[in-house]
Amino acid sequence: MAVASALETVNLVIDGREIVARPGDTVLGAALSADIDIPRLCHDPRLKPVGACRLCVVEVEGKHGVLTSCTTEVAEGMVVETETDGLAAKRKTVLELILDGHRVTCPTCDKNGDCALQDYSYRYQADQFAFGGYQPGPIEPNFATGNKAIAFDPQLCITCGRCVRICDEVVMASALTFKMRASSVEVATPFDMPLNETSCVLCGLCISTCPTGAIYDRAALGQGQVKDLEKVRTVCPYCGVGCTMELNVNRQTNRIVRVTAPEGSVPNDGNLCVKGQFGFQFVHSAERLTTPLIKENGEFQEATWEEALELAGRRLSELRDEHGPDSIAFLSSCRCTNEENYLMQKVARTAGATNNVDQCATTCHAPTVAGLAATFGSGAMTNGIDEIKDVDTLFIIGSNPTEAHPIIGLEMKKALTKGAKMVVCDPRKTWVAKHADIHIQHKPGTDNMLINAMMRHILEQGLQDQEFVDSRCENFDAFRGNLDGFSVEQAAEVCDVPAGLIRRAAEMYAAGDPSSIFYTLGITEHTSGTENVQNLANLAMLCGQIGKRSSGVNPLRGQNNVQGGCDMGAMHGDFPGYQKVTDEAVRFKFAEAWGVDIPTNQGGRVTDFIEQAGDGILRGFYVFGEDPVLSEPNQAKVIRSLENLEFLVCQEIFMSETAKLADVILPASSFAEKDGTFTNTERRVQRVRKAIDPPGQAKPDWEIICLMSTAMGFPLSYDNAGEVFDEMASLTPSYGGMSFDRIDQVGLQWPCPTPDHPGTGFLHEGQFTRGRGLFHEINFREADELPDDEYPFILSTGRTLYNYNIGNMSQKSDAIRQKQSRNFVEMHTSDAERLGVANDDLVTVTTRRGELTVKAVVGERTRPGALWMPFHFVDQPTNRITNDAFDNITRTAEYKVCAAKIAKSAPIPAST
Amino acid sequence: MDAHPMGDAMAAVDLGPAHAVLERMAPVDHGHAIPLLQNIQDTYGYLPPSVLLELSDETGIPAAHLFGLATFYAQFHLEEHGRHTVRVCRGTACHVRGRQVIQEAIDEELGIEPGETTEDRRFSLETVACVGTCFLAPVVMVDNDYFGKVDPKKVGDIVAGYE
Repeated sequence: MAVASALETVNLVIDGREIVARPGDTVLGAALSADIDIPRLCHDPRLKPVGACRLCVVEVEGKHGVLTSCTTEVAEGMVVETETDGLAAKRKTVLELILDGHRVTCPTCDKNGDCALQDYSYRYQADQFAFGGYQPGPIEPNFATGNKAIAFDPQLCITCGRCVRICDEVVMASALTFKMRASSVEVATPFDMPLNETSCVLCGLCISTCPTGAIYDRAALGQGQVKDLEKVRTVCPYCGVGCTMELNVNRQTNRIVRVTAPEGSVPNDGNLCVKGQFGFQFVHSAERLTTPLIKENGEFQEATWEEALELAGRRLSELRDEHGPDSIAFLSSCRCTNEENYLMQKVARTAGATNNVDQCATTCHAPTVAGLAATFGSGAMTNGIDEIKDVDTLFIIGSNPTEAHPIIGLEMKKALTKGAKMVVCDPRKTWVAKHADIHIQHKPGTDNMLINAMMRHILEQGLQDQEFVDSRCENFDAFRGNLDGFSVEQAAEVCDVPAGLIRRAAEMYAAGDPSSIFYTLGITEHTSGTENVQNLANLAMLCGQIGKRSSGVNPLRGQNNVQGGCDMGAMHGDFPGYQKVTDEAVRFKFAEAWGVDIPTNQGGRVTDFIEQAGDGILRGFYVFGEDPVLSEPNQAKVIRSLENLEFLVCQEIFMSETAKLADVILPASSFAEKDGTFTNTERRVQRVRKAIDPPGQAKPDWEIICLMSTAMGFPLSYDNAGEVFDEMASLTPSYGGMSFDRIDQVGLQWPCPTPDHPGTGFLHEGQFTRGRGLFHEINFREADELPDDEYPFILSTGRTLYNYNIGNMSQKSDAIRQKQSRNFVEMHTSDAERLGVANDDLVTVTTRRGELTVKAVVGERTRPGALWMPFHFVDQPTNRITNDAFDNITRTAEYKVCAAKIAKSAPIPAST
Repeated sequence: MDAHPMGDAMAAVDLGPAHAVLERMAPVDHGHAIPLLQNIQDTYGYLPPSVLLELSDETGIPAAHLFGLATFYAQFHLEEHGRHTVRVCRGTACHVRGRQVIQEAIDEELGIEPGETTEDRRFSLETVACVGTCFLAPVVMVDNDYFGKVDPKKVGDIVAGYE
C-alpha cells in the first residue's frame, strides 16, 4: 500500500511549466523542487509551514485573491502563477512593512550578501521609508547578552518565528518564545532569562534558520561576510553521527570563521549540535603543537622533522629487532581519517612486523564489533540514520542520544512527532527517558538479567516471530533452554524495577511495526559488554525485528571515525574490511599487495598494551591521536605502565597527558587541515576536506605515518589521500566500489562492492551476513566491583552534550567552556539529604583507585545509591577513579560500574 | 553567578498552593496551559515566575510556552498585582461619553497610570477595550462590580468602597 501511494502523482502547471508532484506536497515545495524560486521568509523545509510572512503568495486559477503557497497543497490540474505584477506589488508592500520594523545595517551585518530580506528587498525595490522608516531606540540587554555562542539583535528581527519554531519543533528544547503581542512582539526566553540558564542546548539552529542577521554567531561577528568566505564541505570531527558541515574560511586570515550545514545535508538534514556548531575553536588554539619535540633530560626541546623521525624510527626498529614483534605496538586514532588508519595498521604490519595495532574501539564499542559479528556476521549499525524517523517503537538501552549523538536524537524526535512509541532502559532519567512511554530505570550492570527476562516473557506469551527464528536463525533451542533459568520476577528484584514494566516493555518491543534497538556504551562498557551486545541481538532475532527498513540493532558509535578505524583493520585480528589475520588466504593477499611477509603474532588491544608496558613486555609504543592517560581506567596505573616504556612516540595536535610522557612528539593536523574520509556510525563513508593550512610545521597525519614507516626502514609515500583510499578500496571488498569521485557530495554506506553498487542502507535483508543468525545462550554475571559497606555507591561515567571525551577539543571553545568547564557528580536527592549535601556543594568521590573533589549536582536524574560523572576534564580526570576491570572478550573496561563513596568536602578557596 | 535579570521577581515563593492547583487539575498537559495559568493567578493574585518554572518542571509544558501565553494575554500578570483591579472602559460608547475625563480622574485619585499598581498594593489600574455594557457608558469596573454613567467627581466614592 505504501508503495502504491508513493507512486501516485499530482500534475499541475506552475508559471506555464508542467510539474509532477506528490500528493500532500505544498505548492511552494513543488515549485522549489522545479527550481521555481518563490520568495519566502518564514519558510524552512525543516519546519511545519505557517504562512506567516505572506511573501510566498501566488495566484491560483479559479481561486479568488492570493494563496500562501507554503500552506496550499497541490491539486490535480491546478494552474499557478508565482510572479505577476499584482503579486510583485503585494510583496513590495509586505517587505516595506517589514523594513519599517528592521534596522537596516547591511554594511556591518555578518549576513550581508546571504540575507533573504536583503535579496527580496532588492528584487522588489522595497522602500525602507515607505511607512515612515524605523526609529530605533537604544539596544536593551536581552537573553543573549553576554552569551559567548549566540547573540541576538532584536532590531534586526522580523519576527518570522523560525527560531522559536525550530527550537520547539525540531530541537524540542523550547528555550525561545514570542513575548507580548502585536507590535510589541519580541523573541525572548522565559522571563528573559540568560540563554545558558534556560533549556537552550546551544545547537545554534536558531542561527541557521534566521533569514536575517538578528540571531548570529557571536564569535563570527566582523570576521567575514559571504564575499570574504569560502565554504569547504566536510564532516564534523566530533561524534559518530558524521554530520555534513561547511567550514566558512576567510582566506585572508587562514581562519575558520563559522560553521554552517547545507540544507538537506546527509545525514543531518541541515542540523548541527553545539559541538559541531561552536566546537571548532580548537583548530586555531594557541596550544596547538607546531614543531617536532624531543625529550632531553626530562625536558622537551624543539627539533627538526629529520631529527625527530630518525630518532623515533630508529628506536622502534631497534626494539622490534631486539625483542620481537610483541615488544612494540601501534595505537591508531579514530579521530583521524580512514586513510590514516589504513596506513597505521599497514605500517604496524609491515615496518613494525607486528599485529600489535589497536584504536579506541577497545575503549568503547569493541564488544559491538565482536558481539554483532559473532551473531550476524557484521559488527556495525544495521540501519541508516534516515530510517530512524519511520521507526514505530524505539527501544533505547544504555544510550543517551540527545546528548551523546544529538543529531540522531533529532531523528528520534522526528519519529516521536510522527507518533512513535519509546521504551528507554537507563539508570538515569535522560531526555529520552523522561519522554518515554516506558522508562526502566534498572540498576547499572544488570542488563542481561533484564533482557533475559523480557525474552522469557516474550516466549511465554508467544510473542516471538517463530517464522523468522526458524527460517533465518540457528541454535534457538539451546537459547530457549537457557532462558528457563530466568523469570520476570527474579529480574524485577535484581534490576530493582517493577515486574509489570518489564512485561510491558517486552510486549511493546515485540509488537512494534517495526521496532528498532539503539544502544551505546551503557551496554558495552561492562565486564559482560560483548554478552550484553549478543543478548540484544538475541532479542531482535527472537522478534524478527531486524533485516528490514527502520528495524535492527543499532550501536551508536562514539568517535567521528571509530567505525572507519575498525573498518580499516586497525585491530590486532583484522585486516581492512574485517578480513581475518588468521586466514592464510587473506594474509597471502596482503603480503602480495604490500610486498612483505605478514606477521602472525596474535597481537593485543590497547588495554593489553598498557598492562604489557607495565610488565616490561611492551617496550616501544607509537600513539597517534589518542590520550590513554585520560581515556583508560585507573589513571595512576596507566601512567606507571607508560612510564615503564623504553620509548614512546606521540603524534598529536596538543600536548596531551600521554604526550607529556613521550620521548618524541610529532606535530599533527586537525580534521580541517587534511583530506581523507570518515566513516560514520551508519557505515557511510564521507569526504573530509582540507580547509586551511596546518599551523607551523605540523603535517597531515597520513604524511607523518608514511615518514615514520620510511624511518623504520619500510619506505612509503603517496601523492595524496585519494591514492591511499584507492589502495585500501582495492583490498577491501566492502569498500571496493567507492572512490573520492563517487562520494564527492554524498557519502556511500558499505557494503558497496562494485563501482555501480548504490551502497547498502540496512543490513541482513533476506539473509544474515554470516548466513543464519546465531542465538547465544547468555547468562547474567554481576559487575566486577559491587557496592559494599565501605564503598556503598555505584559510580557510572558518561558523556555530556557540551563536551566530548577527554575534552581536549571541546574545552577549547569559549562558548562551551562558558556553559560547562568543570567536572561534577550527579547524585540522588535522597542520598544528598542523608549525607547533608546541597546542590553545588563540593564533594569528594572516592574509589579504591583514588579520589576526586567536584561539585555535586543534586536531583532525580540518577537512581538512589548511584552516582554519575562525565570524564571530559583534564584537571579533574574521572578515570583516576574508574575500575580497570575488563570485558572478558574484548578487554573493554567497565566504566559503567564501580564501587564508590561520597562525602561533603571542605570548601576550597575560590581561585582567582 | 551574575545577579538574575529578573532580580526579586525570581525570589522564592511558597510552591505549596501551586502544587495544590496541579493536584486539583491533574492530569495537566499542554492543552490545559491557559486554565492552569488562570487558576494560578487566582491563587497567587499574579503569576510568580518561580511558580511558572515549577509548573513547567511538573507538567512538562515548556516554561517558554507558559511565558509566551502569560505575556500574550492581557489578563495575566507576571508581577504582583493589587488586591483590587480597576478597569476603565475605552470602548466607542464610553469614548464619546467622556471616558478620557473619567480616566484622568481615576489616575489622579489612585496616583498611578494604567498598567500600574499602587504602592500599598490596594489597586491595580487597567483599561479594557469594551465591557459590553455600552448602555451604561461611561463604565468603570472594580473587580467584578460595574459602575455606570460615572461622574468624574464620584470616582473617589467608588474606590473608597474597596480595602
